[in-house]
Amino acid sequence: MDVTGLELSGVRFGYGDWQVTYDLAVPSGSFAALLGASGAGKSTLLSLVAGFERPTAGAIGVQGKDVTNLAPAERPVTTLFQEHNLFPHLTALQNIGLGIDPSLRLTSTQKSDISAALERVGLAGMEARLPRELSGGERQRVAIARSLVRQRPLLLLDEPFAALGPALRRDMLDLVNALRRDTGMTVVMVSHDPADARRVADCTAFLHDGGIADFGPTASLLDNPDVPALAEYLGV
Amino acid sequence: MMTGYRPLLWPGGLALLSTLGLAAVALGALLHAAPELSMAAVWDSYTLRVLRFTVIQALLSTALSLAFALPVARAFARRTSFPGRTFLLRVMGLPLVLPVIVAVFGIAAIWGQNGAISNAMEASGLPGLSPLYGLSGILIAHVFFNMPLAVRLLLGAWQTIPGESWRLAGQLGMGPWAIFRLIELPRLIAVIPGVAMLVFLLCFTSFAVVLALGGGPRNTTLEVAIYQALRLDFDIARAVGLALVQVAACAVMAVIFFRFAKTPESQATEERLIARPDTDHLPGRVIDTLALVTGSLWVLGPLIAIVIAGLSGPVIDVLSRREVWAAALRSVSVGVGAGLLALVLGIALLATTRDLAVRAGRTRLADRMELAGSLTLVISPIVLGAGLFVLLLPLVPVFDWALPLAALVNGIVAVPYVLRILAPTLRRTAEHHDRLCASLGLRGWARIRHLEWPASRRGIATAWALASALATGDLTAIALFGTQRDATLSLMLYRALGSYRMDEAAVLALLLVGLCLVVFVVIEGGIGGRNRT
Repeated sequence: MDVTGLELSGVRFGYGDWQVTYDLAVPSGSFAALLGASGAGKSTLLSLVAGFERPTAGAIGVQGKDVTNLAPAERPVTTLFQEHNLFPHLTALQNIGLGIDPSLRLTSTQKSDISAALERVGLAGMEARLPRELSGGERQRVAIARSLVRQRPLLLLDEPFAALGPALRRDMLDLVNALRRDTGMTVVMVSHDPADARRVADCTAFLHDGGIADFGPTASLLDNPDVPALAEYLGV
Repeated sequence: MMTGYRPLLWPGGLALLSTLGLAAVALGALLHAAPELSMAAVWDSYTLRVLRFTVIQALLSTALSLAFALPVARAFARRTSFPGRTFLLRVMGLPLVLPVIVAVFGIAAIWGQNGAISNAMEASGLPGLSPLYGLSGILIAHVFFNMPLAVRLLLGAWQTIPGESWRLAGQLGMGPWAIFRLIELPRLIAVIPGVAMLVFLLCFTSFAVVLALGGGPRNTTLEVAIYQALRLDFDIARAVGLALVQVAACAVMAVIFFRFAKTPESQATEERLIARPDTDHLPGRVIDTLALVTGSLWVLGPLIAIVIAGLSGPVIDVLSRREVWAAALRSVSVGVGAGLLALVLGIALLATTRDLAVRAGRTRLADRMELAGSLTLVISPIVLGAGLFVLLLPLVPVFDWALPLAALVNGIVAVPYVLRILAPTLRRTAEHHDRLCASLGLRGWARIRHLEWPASRRGIATAWALASALATGDLTAIALFGTQRDATLSLMLYRALGSYRMDEAAVLALLLVGLCLVVFVVIEGGIGGRNRT
């Protein structure tokens, strides 16, 4: 793995007293988890990568390309949020279609691409459903299908499965992991549960005290925490 | 929140400039006309008497409305499921949209000298009621309008009581009296001053009720006195003086009002509905039933009377007159035009305040701008109209411009309704979907088409429909600017009432209600779409 899927070098951000600095390199095609107490800046890191926040210093690269000054829509990045991933008044097909063309003018090829994406996430034939006619898990599957048709090499998971039950959450993580293997995209997820990280993440970053306190292969990081704060966080 | 974010200032700036600017121009015109009069000439016994009556009737109206509304609201709050509850709550909303002059007709049909109650009393050998005119008539009409309004506002306060309180009250075995004293009363004390101030303000600036029922100089409020000075006595100096007194009084009340009017924050932490423990108590049941029956009859009586009297009047004769339909068309054009103006101004203001609140983190500035957009609530339509009247009289033939001027005044007055209806939807849309839009590149026309319009079309439809229906039944602005030549339906109805042509008035009243209803339904259904969410 010679290309970095996501690289943050000297990225600074903050409001007033609260300041963070990120240095991180996630190998292309891997699945990375971000662990840390609430307020450690996990979601902020994703917001900076997605372009919803702009860093005060430093550079962000995706697949070797500098994206620091690009608008969110121009970045090769898709984010899955905890909620409001779908527009409530649009059908599954339209919601996915917006990922291809924001003015929703779709060719028949694009429509069959959408159907194929729905099939891949296990929602075959649900093109005409409105979000309220879908379960919580199914809504997030539609959002995953949209990230598939967008074909962006980096997928950010901002706790999209937090509201789902443990079994369903594991299913969703496995689904994302399988899609990652098929497409070769890089996935970065915010997580509260080390077990989730163990299940799917090749590598894990531990955020603490305004920066990334530790980063490495998930198993060794969690089995032998050499940073005291991480040991305390894990309760070992 | 993005650092260095530049909010979209021009739409809201333009909207505020036009509403406040117009109000300022109107006030300026009044002040400009004022040097010709000395304040001493205006601040005479007549003004004092008018001011005194205005305050007294508003105080009495407020006290009566609240005293009536409290038991009715409590009954609605305690009885959360009985057949017809939803219907009765809707009925409580009707007086708000009923044209004032139509309501006056309905009230006269129940409470007047030849009304239903008086006739029933005479039939059973009792002396009948005296004529409705004067203070008692004004009070009945004001309570008719404001009791239901207070019920709805107070009920809102009740609904902010968290469900957990009821569970706790049940567990502690609190009786009905303890529940009222310890749970409900603190909540009510927080909102009653705001509700009372609003009702007082509405009664203080009430125009059509006093115009129709306040016979003679003894029963005149400031608003009506301004109208009489402008249109009957052509005494512009006196009108200006009275308008300035009115503005000063309203400004004082507005300051007090915005001090008191705090929207109670909801502390409900559980979405579940938890039943109150005090619903099986027998005296409570009797009191609640009594309150609900009286309150419903109070509101429904005049409404039913309007329908019955209208249908049994000379329907065909009135409806076959061309001038009636011409007047109806004028009413609708004033209504729809005013609604559209209010909508455009309101949305422009909200585009800016939403940007400020959601994206630039300037919530307080946004709230203040929205408050400024609602300030026209205290600069009453009659003062706004009087200012325009004084300003335009030397410049243009004011009476040829009656309809556009009426639409303009009504449109500006309706802006607060648009703000209240649309602000939550627009802010929520931005809060929920801004990030998704940014990551999908959904902006400009595509964003409006695929997000803003579908999300807010129902609100837009409701706001436009409400503003239009209110303006369709307006009597205030058109009384000021209108003439025989271009009477609207409400002016025609007022004249029929004034000359005791009651049969004709009955048909006109029903026609006007129907017209407002049609305007509302057509706009709401046509713009809002059916079965959309």
